[in-house]
Amino acid sequence: MKNMFCLEAYDSPAVLQKKMEAVIPEQVEASLATAQLTEQDLLILLSPAAGAYLETMAQRAWALTRRRFGRIMKLYAPLYLSNECTNACLYCGFNQQHDLARKTLKIEEVLQQAKYLSQQGFQNLLLVSGESRQHVPVKFLAECVHRLKPRFPEISIEVYPLEIEEYQQLTEAGLFGLIIYQETYDAELYQKYHPAGKKNNYTYRLQTPQRGAEAGVRQVGLGVLLGLQDFRVDGYYLGRHARFFEKQFWKTIVGISFPRLRQATGDFVPPYPVSDAQLVQLVTALRLFLPDAPFSLSTREPEHLRKHLLPLGFTQISAGSRTTPGGYGKENSELPQFQVEDTRGAKAIARELELAGFEPIWKDWDESFDRVPAQTKEPGKLSRYSKLD
Amino acid sequence: MDSLIIAERKIKSRLFVGTGKFSSPQAMLAAVKASGAEVVTVALRRVDLNSPQDPTLSVLQPKEYLILPNTSGARDAEEAVRVAKLARTLSKINWVKLEVTPDPRYLLPDPIETLKAAEVLVKDGFVVLPYINADPILAKRLEEVGTATVMPLGAPIGTNQGLRTRDNIRIIIEQAGVPVVVDAGMGAPSHAAEAMEMGADAVLVNTALAVACHPDKMAAAFKQGVEAGRLAYLAGVAEPKEVAEASSPLTGFLTPTEN
Repeated sequence: MKNMFCLEAYDSPAVLQKKMEAVIPEQVEASLATAQLTEQDLLILLSPAAGAYLETMAQRAWALTRRRFGRIMKLYAPLYLSNECTNACLYCGFNQQHDLARKTLKIEEVLQQAKYLSQQGFQNLLLVSGESRQHVPVKFLAECVHRLKPRFPEISIEVYPLEIEEYQQLTEAGLFGLIIYQETYDAELYQKYHPAGKKNNYTYRLQTPQRGAEAGVRQVGLGVLLGLQDFRVDGYYLGRHARFFEKQFWKTIVGISFPRLRQATGDFVPPYPVSDAQLVQLVTALRLFLPDAPFSLSTREPEHLRKHLLPLGFTQISAGSRTTPGGYGKENSELPQFQVEDTRGAKAIARELELAGFEPIWKDWDESFDRVPAQTKEPGKLSRYSKLD
Repeated sequence: MDSLIIAERKIKSRLFVGTGKFSSPQAMLAAVKASGAEVVTVALRRVDLNSPQDPTLSVLQPKEYLILPNTSGARDAEEAVRVAKLARTLSKINWVKLEVTPDPRYLLPDPIETLKAAEVLVKDGFVVLPYINADPILAKRLEEVGTATVMPLGAPIGTNQGLRTRDNIRIIIEQAGVPVVVDAGMGAPSHAAEAMEMGADAVLVNTALAVACHPDKMAAAFKQGVEAGRLAYLAGVAEPKEVAEASSPLTGFLTPTEN
């Protein structure tokens, strides 16, 4: 059994904040001069004092990202399967208490949506759903992955936490990655934001990425919802979590996303709003701390900002996103999980990437890497596999 | 320049180049052209062998280049073998650059799985060019199972650190019965020249070209570096010595010369 990640060994949020406030410019300069950053360097680069060094941090982050990943940007599309949810997260549009039109796609609708995305050029898909095992059972997820695999070599999920055996069912069907945000690493605040539903269990959620890795997913995506707690505190814990993970599960890719809370349904106001400058500090500090982690930029950010954020360490972005189930290819009335700021189509975003000096990457995985599941060996089911024999 | 022969094929350039990390397929093509390379690697995870519109493959004319598919992303022998076989089915290319890199951060090759995969692929008729750490014993073991080359790394991929493994690469070159292609870590033409001066048969470069401000100029510089290094090797590079040896010796008077 691998070690479990827990925060008890680390400073509490209050102690961390105190340490960060005490950081002086000389410490920032020393941290910026080191090649391999320690946890202490991360603390220093997330401090208020480091806020005066954003340009240096940005330059280093861009150089590191370019060297490690090159001048490329992966494109992916989220596909919302359902907005049914049994949780009551205070900040989320899918909150069970909100009165909104609920919808769960049928498999035919999923395939239809996927066809639309495939025609746009996407080969990398993120299946998203609220927490409702009743409406989106694991069996259904497995069927989606299996049926979508021939068109989409890289499929990830952002759904409710699963058991190891359940993740195994999905990896056997061809699942590539798993995204699970802790939302906030502050256990006390976590309880406040998640008063009901299964998500109320902080520790179970914290250990979800490990269950996925043990089941063989190739990539786990971590993140915090920016706005729920001081970004310095959550950013620090996030960095520690990622590095812990890299050591424990050395074959698993650890990615990071940076979702900033936006207005969703309801009237939740983020108590710790994160400014553009603070977002830049967080992204660049984590890039310097985690040189090899893929960073994902969200459609939540407006177009003009995404352009400037891209070179700071990002390696993939979602494009042309719809955050309502069944939202591709038509206008629809169901309410989204959150407001999307960048509403340009995939091709427009790809062109813009080219102009900015990035090669848009539509395909970065091949289904031939994945073990052939027994049921796909039937002739004619998946033509590419059958060519092998 | 003298020819390099791999698996009975005459290769015109001793510089191999990779196609990843460039800002566009056009920038990549310009660099490939300027490098004079014949052997060009492509990642099977990224290209779509089924599609004539694939951005990488569509700009490379197959007649001019030897497209060398690599298995980058494979975590074990089983995956690498599967990917290589599928690629051969679709592309009819039976050359493969074998990469088994279970660690997604430094992308260091797994020696055990690489050897296993190499054995299977060679038996299946592939021309196998394995990417390995600079381990002389592993190099010999791979040669014994029939790989066409060995490709030891100079430093971890993308680090531009040069020949950090030079002592082991020297042993590999000394012992090798197959061409030695130094792969990964070379950031400057001088690094490539050094490998060639040591007697490497070829070098493979990607990141140093792709992330340069002018990839095509950097490619031309690497071309010259490789050629200079090879020429120096053929000319016989003088061994460095611990003490100076004067060209006008102090005891010259003891050997009478005609005057």
